[in-house]
Amino acid sequence: MRWGVVQFPGSCDERDALHACSLLGDARLVWHEERGLDDLDVVVVPGGFSYGDYLRAGAIARFSPAMEAVAEFAAGGGPVLGICNGFQVLCEAGLLPGALLLNEDLRFHCRQLELTAADGSILSIPAKHGEGRYYAPDEALDELEAKGQIAYRYTPGQNPNGSARDIAGVRNESGNVVGLMPHPEHAVDPLTGSTDGLRVFEALGG
Amino acid sequence: MPKARVLIRPKEGILDPQGKAVERALPALGFEGIEHVRVGRMVELEAEDPARIGELCEKLLANPLIEDYEIERIDAG
Repeated sequence: MRWGVVQFPGSCDERDALHACSLLGDARLVWHEERGLDDLDVVVVPGGFSYGDYLRAGAIARFSPAMEAVAEFAAGGGPVLGICNGFQVLCEAGLLPGALLLNEDLRFHCRQLELTAADGSILSIPAKHGEGRYYAPDEALDELEAKGQIAYRYTPGQNPNGSARDIAGVRNESGNVVGLMPHPEHAVDPLTGSTDGLRVFEALGG
Repeated sequence: MPKARVLIRPKEGILDPQGKAVERALPALGFEGIEHVRVGRMVELEAEDPARIGELCEKLLANPLIEDYEIERIDAG
């Protein structure tokens, strides 16, 4: 299994994501100007502040050559994981439904929290963001729930940002593109308190 | 080149915490009776072909899922 981690100017979690991927297989960075993803089995779009988050988080990154290649990769069924800013980029690119808005309380939240995965398992991983309030119109949320596209929810009482229906992460209809706000790549070593993050990576291409 | 101004704001019905924060701060400054504050952003630009500004808004300047936009022509070029 060969993993690629996209690096934009302003990415800041690509090294941790690369480390997480390297625990599961071969891994390399994909510079934002690169289009060649043929050697990759899974692509990760990491956290950070791509292109300074100018205009809206993820708005400019979606037009990068690497993201055009990622869109093609995803259209061909390739697994793609977007984390935090990567989730925002995938939503802006239309690869995932919905949008991420400023946290309800306007605060940047950084803490360990509990997520419930679609299979009911509980994961302890950190979240750190100021713009993580998941939004989609009510009808769209109903449809996501009906089609089983809610990949991760904040365990009740743990929602840090006012996300609709406690949604922390979603997947596309075919299930090969997943995005979430919390950071599984920061929870892959007992040193930092939890290795639950690995399960998020494994779910995509372990 | 023709100039335009694009006003972008959160769609009606979407919680705008920035607007709320501004609204809550106003009474302390002696400004009573102000409500429904919405904070958005404004983009000024010059366009060779102003007919394309709408497309530009849909694709980049605004996210139509969460934001409304208005295009104002500043001069007719």
